[in-house]
Parts: sequence; structure tokens; C-alpha cells
Amino acid sequence: MSDKSSADILNRRKFLGAVGLAGAGAALGAKPAMAEGVKPDPLITEIQDWNRYLGDGVDKKPYGVPSKFEKNVIRRDVSWLTASPESSVNFTPLHELDGIITPSGLCFERHHSGVADINPAEHRLMINGLVDKPLVFTMDDIKRMPRMNKVYFLECAANSGMEWRGAQLNGCQFTHGMVHNVMYTGVSLKTLLDEAGLKPNAKWLMLEGADAAAMNRSLPIEKALNDCMLAFAMNGEALRPEQGYPLRAVIPGWEGNLWVKWIRRIEVGDQPWQTREETSKYTDLLADGRSRKHTFVMDAKSVVTNPSPQAPLKHKGRNVLSGLAWSGRGTVKRVDVSMDGGRNWQTARIDGPVFDKSLVRFYVDFDWNGQELMIQSRAMDSTGYVQPTKDELRKVRGVNSIYHNNGIQTWLVRSGGETENVEIG
Amino acid sequence: MSRSVKLAAVALLCGVALAVANSRIEAQQIAAQAAAKTSSKLGLGRPALPDEIKAWDTDVRADGKGLPPGKGTVKQGDVIFQAQCASCHGEFGEGAGRWPVLSGGAGTLKADRPDKTIGSFWPDLSTAFDYIKRAMPYGNARSLSDDDVYALTAYLLSMNDIVKGENFELNDRNFTSIKMPNAAAFYDDDRETAEKQFWKKDPCMKDCRSAPKVTGRAISVDVTPDSKSGPKVD
Repeated sequence: MSDKSSADILNRRKFLGAVGLAGAGAALGAKPAMAEGVKPDPLITEIQDWNRYLGDGVDKKPYGVPSKFEKNVIRRDVSWLTASPESSVNFTPLHELDGIITPSGLCFERHHSGVADINPAEHRLMINGLVDKPLVFTMDDIKRMPRMNKVYFLECAANSGMEWRGAQLNGCQFTHGMVHNVMYTGVSLKTLLDEAGLKPNAKWLMLEGADAAAMNRSLPIEKALNDCMLAFAMNGEALRPEQGYPLRAVIPGWEGNLWVKWIRRIEVGDQPWQTREETSKYTDLLADGRSRKHTFVMDAKSVVTNPSPQAPLKHKGRNVLSGLAWSGRGTVKRVDVSMDGGRNWQTARIDGPVFDKSLVRFYVDFDWNGQELMIQSRAMDSTGYVQPTKDELRKVRGVNSIYHNNGIQTWLVRSGGETENVEIG
Repeated sequence: MSRSVKLAAVALLCGVALAVANSRIEAQQIAAQAAAKTSSKLGLGRPALPDEIKAWDTDVRADGKGLPPGKGTVKQGDVIFQAQCASCHGEFGEGAGRWPVLSGGAGTLKADRPDKTIGSFWPDLSTAFDYIKRAMPYGNARSLSDDDVYALTAYLLSMNDIVKGENFELNDRNFTSIKMPNAAAFYDDDRETAEKQFWKKDPCMKDCRSAPKVTGRAISVDVTPDSKSGPKVD
């Protein structure tokens, strides 16, 4: 539908004057013959503003923004989760997206002391500790190194953490939106470490950010040398400030907290540091009062994004069920979908690229006649891991874990199409 | 110029450009191969100067590596805490609003709602020192002296009944002798053995469970920050 209140259109109408109005009148008079029982659609039979008046010139939006009709497609936060917006998280609107790539502007944010906005010309990366030669790099130095492009998902370990004790938030944006998937461009961490030269007793790294939290975490050397990167671009453009511009760590398949943003220093050591993030926060408290630490890998997980509470079913008849699956241990091999709360399953169709430690997109085309559905999805990865039910997970982990909740989600679709986050027993 | 002549000219230019580009690529490949033969290092970056390392290398590890010289008492820490920290964390570390609680919680880790504090949960005292020094006070990071951080850490120990008396002094010499109550309760990730039942060859596809019943609903909890309006079905 046209947006009659738009100041732009009103201005153009004034400018174009009577000619435009006469044209519109002529269009109103020209009604085609009606098919029985179906009224002609005025969107077809009447000339629309966008079909007559000039649109914006090429330089109106030199960096481009989404259509104003997509203004609902935004990250959202849950204000009661955190004490202040500078140490907080917002959520990717998974139900509004498709394919496997998350637009840069919709990748969920999580900061500990706000977004550092750093001039790349003033950014420095230091490597020190158990190295032959402590070094300092500028962004220019890093951009002269051999580059790589990789698509990886980044999931916060606390994603779905609000659901350990039961269904709490009504929308996959809130229950599963602390995940995104982009193409990173950068250099391998091994390239940088080789420049400094590792001492034989180098076993762990400490990654440290340049933000006001000076975020730090310990990373085992095997992982660092295997597939980690320092990235300066995502989805073809420079990192966004909220994603760590000008430089961030990329730790494929491992919890998002390790992907230190605004990275300024790597210290090489022989044991982990036990930083605040890896002791007081990203450890998993189990029912017996003991805690797992260094639970870095994100387990295989999936979620149906459509339908979901913010994207209910609107039509009877043909529908498309769509969702995302991922695994920190490798590739997604298969996704099964149930419409009856896990009694019976069918294998979904994965469409689009299947990369290592990346989101995959799955679909089930189905007919809906208004019956109640309990929709679930279940991911399997290349190591044979099968996504557990929430109850299977609670049996092993209790409900005090906070992190690493990869249990199977249930959406209840009611006869009117409303879709709810529910727990089933 | 006629249209056909223009097109021919463009084609000719492209041909020339391609030939030039090809020879450049060959030259680059040869140069790259030569470089690879002479050195495995890129030679990028410059040595970090001692003063630069000193400015940034402030981290403190669980074994005490990185602790700066310094000292502070519980009493001194109390004064600094009330001025710099209490507005968020409460006078006794009990927390204000949703800011972190720093004290209490002993014996709650098996409870339904555990209080994970420095005293009840954190395995290492170094974590408190490292974090205060790098990130606190919130919004004015790195404004405290090393003695201030020792004093604040001492006050946190006192609030959690790990040390007694306001005259207790924490310093770089006695720091690693402090044992945290929950230190023994952490163990390395064992999911691949403890959860090996989640690796399955053929997950069930048919009649896998009894008829499910809804046992809980997010809408009953009613904390979702969004519109609750339902759809219209055609």
C-alpha cells in the first residue's frame, strides 16, 4: 500500500501539480470487467504513486538502508535482563531473515562496557609473553598479511539461557536470537603468532579487548593455531563498531564470549588466566553444586524461525516452515522436524551452502488446515551428535547451568495460527 | 564516432588491458614464490618496547603471575568501596538493582536459585584483582592505583568472611596464600563422555513418545517485551 502521509510524496505532488491528479482520476474511471465474486484489486487497477512520480536520486542514501516498510526488522533487547544498556545484549530478529547470512546491522550485540569507537589509524595489536619477539602491529600491517574468507556462526553461550527452567520468552528472537552468521575476512591467528615466534612452553593465549572492560579470555594454543582468525571485515564491509571495529577475534564453533572484540593484545602463556569471564561467568553450574569450566564448544542446535511467536501462521493451505541449524563441532548433517511434539519426525530439506561451523537453512513445505501443531526441530552434526530434548538436557545438567542450553524448542501453533513458546511433558 | 567503431575500440582496449593484467599476475606469482623461498616470516609489525608492554601487560593470573607490588587493608578498602563501588554493588556487596551481588551465597550452589558470588562461587582470588584493575569502577576504568585494588580485594574477602578483621592487609606476598571456598568444585569440560548418549546413530523417527501435553507457556509468564496481538487467518 502507498504511504500517503509521506512528506516526500506530498512534496512531489505539489511540484507536479494538476497533471498528476488528472492522471489519477483517469485511472479510477478505467475499471476492468470483474471476475465472478472477486473485486478488482485497486493496487492493480489504479496507478500507484510509486508508479508515476519520481523516486529518490542515486545519492539520497549513499550507504543504503532497508525499506521503511521493514522498520520492524530490528534487534531488540529485554530490558529486565541487565543492569545497564552498556553492559547488555540485544537479539537478532531470526524470524524476519532467510538464507544463512545475517545482515551486518542485525547481528546481535553484547558489550561489557559499551561500544568502543576506535579510529583504525590509532588501533594497535600487541603480541607479548612467551614469544621470541614481542611485536606491535598497526591495522595497515595486518591488512598486508595473507587473507582468508570464512563463514562462521557466532553464538553467545547464554543463548536460550532464559529457558532452562521453562518457557519464558515468546519469540525465537528472544529465545534463540543470540546467534548470527556472517562471512569474515581477516588473517589467520597462526600467521600473527608465527611472526612473533612461539616459545616451546606456549600453551594458552590471553585475548584482550581495547574497550572500557578490557575484555579478556584464555584460549588454548591448539585451537588458536587450528582455525582462529583476526577479522577486520564481515559480509564484505568493515566490521561494524558494535562487532568490534576495527579488529576482532573469530573462534569458530566456540562460545561468543571468546571472540574478543576491539582486540588489542594477545599474551602467550603456559596456563589459563582464570579471567572473570571464564570463572564467575562462562562456567556451567550443575545440580551437584560443582561446575564445568572451559566448556568452549557450542553443541548442535536448531530452531524453527517460521512459524514462531512473532511470525505466526497467517494462511491455511500451503505454508513454508523454515529454520536454522548449527554445530560448533562441524557441519550440520541433517535436520528433522516434528509437527506433533516429537512423536513423529520428517527430515527437512537443507537449502543453501553447508559450511563448517556455519548456520544452515532448512525448510519443510506443508499444508495446514487449522489443526493444532507442536513444532520442533532436531539437528544432527558431522560427529553424530543429535540435539537433545530440553528434558534430556536437564537430566544431565540440572537447571542452574545458564549457558549452553541447546534443547529442542517447541512452538505450539493454535487453530487461529497464533504461535506460542511452550514446554511439553 | 559511430556505435560500431566505439564498440571495436572498447574491445581493443579490453584486450590490451587483459594482456597487461596477465603479465602482471605472472610477475606477482613469480615474486610471491621468490619471497616464500627467502623467508617464512612476513616481516610485518615492529618490536614492542618495554614501556609499551608495561602499560598494557597488567593481567594477573591464578598463580599470582602479574601481581604488581603493593598492599591495602580491609579498612582502606571499605572507604574506597563506599565511594567508588557501593552505588551499584551495595554497601556490603549485597547488590543494587540488577548489578552483581559480591557477597553472601555460601551453601546455595545446589539450591534452586543459587547466589554465585565471589565468596560462594569464584575459584580464584586473582580474578577479582585482575577484573577490578582492568574494568572497574564501571565507567571510569583504570583509575584505581595498585594499592587501591589490593585494598578493595581485601574488603571483598572480608565481606565474604574469607578473612577476619578490618586490619587484615592483602599484599603481593600473601596474595596466593588465600584459598577460595569453592576452588575445588571446578572441573574441565567432560561433555563428550558425560553426555555421550547424545551421540546417536539413528534417532527415532516414528512413534517416539507418548502424546505430548503442554506443561508451561511463555505467555503465562508474560515477560516478553513485544506486542501480544494475534494474527488473522485467511
